Amino acid sequence: MTLDGKVPSGPLEKKWDEHKGHLKLVNPNNKRKFTILVVGSGLAGASAAASFAELGYNVKCFCFQDSPRRAHSIAAQGGINAAKNYHNDGDSVFRLFYDTIKGGDFRSREANVYRLAQVSVNIIDQCVAQGVPFAREYGGLLDNRSFGGAQVSRTFYARGQTGQQLLLGAYQALEKEVATGKVKMFPRTEMLDLVVDNGVAVGIITRDLVTGKIDRHAGHAVVLTTGGYSNVYYLSTNAKGSNVTAAWRAHRRGALFSNPCFTQIHPTCIPASGDYQSKLTLMSESLRNDGRIWVPKNPNDQRSPDQIPESERDYFLEVKYPSFGNLVPRDVAARNAKAVVDAGRGMGPQKNGVYLDFKDAIQRLGKKTIEERYGNLFEMYEKITGEDPYTVPMRIYPAPHYTMGGLWVDYDLMTNVTGLYALGEANFSDHGANRLGASALMQGLADGYFVIPYTIGNYLSGHLGQALTTETDAFRATEADVQERIQRLLSVNGKRTADSFHRELGRIVWDYCGITRNAGGLKKALELIPALREEFWSNLRLPGGADQLNQELEKANRVGDYFELAELMCLDALERDESCGSHLREEHQDEFGEALRDDAHYSYVASWQWNGVGKAPTLNREPLEFEFVKPTQRSYK
Amino acid sequence: MNLTLHVWRQKSPADEGRMVRYEVTGVTEHASFLEMLDILNEQLIQKGEEPVAFEHDCREGICGSCGFMINGEAHGPLPHTTVCQLHMRHFKDGDVLHLEPWRSKAFPVVKDLVVDRGAFDRIIQSGGFVSVATGSAPEANLIPVPKALSDRAFDAAACIACGACVAQCPNSAAQLFTSAKVSHLNLLPQGQPERYDRALSMVEAMEKEGFGACSNYAECEAVCPKGISIDFIAKMNRDYLKAKSTAVPKPPLEA
Amino acid sequence: MSWFTDLYQSAVGKKAVMAVTGIILFGFVLGHMIGNLKLYEPGTYCAYLDASGTCASKPLPYLDAYGAFLRQVGAPALPASGALWIVRVVLLVAVILHMWAAWQVTRLSQAARPSGYVNQPKRHTSYASRTMRWGGIIILLFVIYHLLDFTTGTLNPGFQEGAVRRNMLASFSVWYVALFYIVAQVALGFHLYHGLWSLFQSLGWNSPRFNRWRSTFAHAFAWIITIGNISFPLAVWTGLVR
Repeated sequence: MTLDGKVPSGPLEKKWDEHKGHLKLVNPNNKRKFTILVVGSGLAGASAAASFAELGYNVKCFCFQDSPRRAHSIAAQGGINAAKNYHNDGDSVFRLFYDTIKGGDFRSREANVYRLAQVSVNIIDQCVAQGVPFAREYGGLLDNRSFGGAQVSRTFYARGQTGQQLLLGAYQALEKEVATGKVKMFPRTEMLDLVVDNGVAVGIITRDLVTGKIDRHAGHAVVLTTGGYSNVYYLSTNAKGSNVTAAWRAHRRGALFSNPCFTQIHPTCIPASGDYQSKLTLMSESLRNDGRIWVPKNPNDQRSPDQIPESERDYFLEVKYPSFGNLVPRDVAARNAKAVVDAGRGMGPQKNGVYLDFKDAIQRLGKKTIEERYGNLFEMYEKITGEDPYTVPMRIYPAPHYTMGGLWVDYDLMTNVTGLYALGEANFSDHGANRLGASALMQGLADGYFVIPYTIGNYLSGHLGQALTTETDAFRATEADVQERIQRLLSVNGKRTADSFHRELGRIVWDYCGITRNAGGLKKALELIPALREEFWSNLRLPGGADQLNQELEKANRVGDYFELAELMCLDALERDESCGSHLREEHQDEFGEALRDDAHYSYVASWQWNGVGKAPTLNREPLEFEFVKPTQRSYK
Repeated sequence: MNLTLHVWRQKSPADEGRMVRYEVTGVTEHASFLEMLDILNEQLIQKGEEPVAFEHDCREGICGSCGFMINGEAHGPLPHTTVCQLHMRHFKDGDVLHLEPWRSKAFPVVKDLVVDRGAFDRIIQSGGFVSVATGSAPEANLIPVPKALSDRAFDAAACIACGACVAQCPNSAAQLFTSAKVSHLNLLPQGQPERYDRALSMVEAMEKEGFGACSNYAECEAVCPKGISIDFIAKMNRDYLKAKSTAVPKPPLEA
Repeated sequence: MSWFTDLYQSAVGKKAVMAVTGIILFGFVLGHMIGNLKLYEPGTYCAYLDASGTCASKPLPYLDAYGAFLRQVGAPALPASGALWIVRVVLLVAVILHMWAAWQVTRLSQAARPSGYVNQPKRHTSYASRTMRWGGIIILLFVIYHLLDFTTGTLNPGFQEGAVRRNMLASFSVWYVALFYIVAQVALGFHLYHGLWSLFQSLGWNSPRFNRWRSTFAHAFAWIITIGNISFPLAVWTGLVR
């Protein structure tokens, strides 16, 4: 298969405008003759659904939560980037574009990222008009901060709850359209399969999570905004319900899955406290501005941290990276912390954390200043661990946080399946091999508010008058597949719960396809995962039935897909024989342990085609060309 | 630690429902309350019983999915904490805990501890938004907003719509939730054009859902995990009364 | 009236009506208490002094004179007891609206939770707020008794129209009557405390500038009225006033 990203030609800064100017339009009176299915109601989904409805399209929007407002975008803390240059510090669309491309370690498409930077300014305007209470200066204008090591202040934020406020803005816009009747909302409804007829996406199969009823929905286009797949690791900062099922089902129906091994591991999370741990909690990266990371030099030091003298502490980031110190990028901090813990030098009862110590900062700035800067984070830490970070150093450990990989999309955000779109974290497009802080919210809203409303018309305009029906062989066959799978899950009657399989799978993926990888480990994982998958299908214990609210069935169905995804991740990681972006292939590092990228051989998007369970997928490569920026190697020495 | 739980079990909305006693053993103090229920459920599944259904998602206290009554308190005994952020170190070995779903006519029980809070979405649909279509927004810094006002609006906007306010209210009133959204938008310049329509339609939508009437008990404020103040209720009442006496209401939405 | 009935449709409107009628009734109990302080004024009051300065009318205890004044106020523009009846009608309407709205919001709230909690919810807030409904009923019963005692005199032994002081002494020297009055005044105090605070909320009178004074205001007036009112039966019962 040849992959055409359909990137418009012409100068970088004109591509999007030129393209928009030539997209086919749907007559305003004809928009109501189209129905668009939007799966997911996070930033990308809610913004897209609301915008479609405002244009006049009919929308059906689906979410598994009880309300669209609970989508996991709500948990994003830090902020959202936009090239407004309000601080007069030299920011520009080009600079945001360049930082994002460079941050992604030159593994994303130039044109997509440039467009993202261009529309970033419109997002802020839109959100402010919706009533999003961004932080403001005393003069009443919007405040910005520098975030995630950026050299300019371009991050807009709303306390530590930026995602919540942005999502509420989009959710309110969505509910406004529910009231007009243009959007029909389906909460507590999970997409279980995509219906593809002659290579065109024509609808989805859903399950009503309360009654268990399986339904068919036909649409002129299907838009997946179903987020990322960090939960493949079991322990991640994602919500418990976040899952890959919708995207994976689309993949199994022909959509290519790109760069699945590109996952971001966030360095500052609270370590697990025991086997019962159900998820991990992220704490803002800003903590590294004042906290110092260390472990005792003697791994068997039993003293409490405040009793350990300076000379016996190993400030490993400061030693290894003298100029950046504790402020090295996420992946570098995460990798080094994991190395220390893997070497048996971890702290805490589970020996799974490194200290993040504020003692010096408190001495230098006073407790009051620290409290002003991090009070709410310290409070959150104490709530979870029961320890007071003002007196006892925090313990932190990396946790899976975001997945750059996802469904392959072209410049119009359409997957290789005609009529199927993927937006936000669900697609692979804008973050390359690593995502910059405050860029996820930007991408979700850019896709939903300012890209898809234009590009979808170009596709729909060719389908005017096409009647919608669910009475086709494709719908019948897909629904039968869904029913069969549910029955299969319910009839295993084994001994282990879905969670216990999920935990074991997560451990394998974390150990062999986490921050650092090597060929041997990945090959081992590729043996372990299929074996565990087979055990799952023969030893799963699943109580209850299909025609009721059955949270165990929901879990098991999602875990079933994680096995297949995990296998693909390991395969992708094995195939990508370079260190790149957020992770390190141990075979490819310099004498200081720094990542070595291999542009000559791996400057492409690895897009995988499904060939069946246990069958080797086909790799399609979309070469990445850099016309406007020159790939450089990172250095944080 | 070992605990005795009395948990409301109800198979479906139509089912009668009853309290069922469970013993949970070997819970560590570092587990969260929901992780303790995970442990219970794992034990129940192993025994061939149906696990307890409870709502949860982010487990970081922000999505608003979780919540039930623990010994008569919404989200349990710790102030400003959702049940997912409540850890077992706040309980003692041998404690007897009674878990019940939110109870309100407007929140029908779906199963066990899970209720249907769709009423909240319908209240938002009635006017909890600024009517600004995508693309029509002016430059963001065109309208300065005094910092104090913006901060105040944020205090209201922090609501996570968990429903604890309704659950704890002796009247089962939804004033705190509704007023938080009304106030968030009505405080900001961006919300002014629709201010009085919003107050009218959201109050009326709220009452239509079958919530009770506010008697200013302030129970809601005491259990709100986000510490939302009942001052916003007064603000909503003012806007509503002013709207009733002076404003020209907009025509109803087309069906 | 349409704006009123329209407003009254909503529970928020009903609460506003309760607040406004509550303010009227609060004004009444405050005035009533202050008027009754005449009980403590020694000596007698003379309505007409002749040229020489001697009393030409029958000297009355101050309390009785005050009662007579209430009947005469507004004369001659108004007929006898005219102003008094206007006040009585306003009060009666206020009481009826207050109770009617209270009854309706109570019913609304009961309907809002058809199946209650097995394990009763903990209560975090004041005793006063939790006893509004029962407190209101006690106050209603008390007011009925009070009217039969002092206005119609039905329950007052040897009742004399206009002899306010005498009637009061007659009633309050019976210990259980005095005790009943005291209990009722405590109930009124609680009711007033929550009501006086609550009305600010119901009417949307809320501002960071005066919010902290709302509770002080409610506390102060609840105490002033309760102490004032309790002092009357107590003073008579203990013999301080004879």
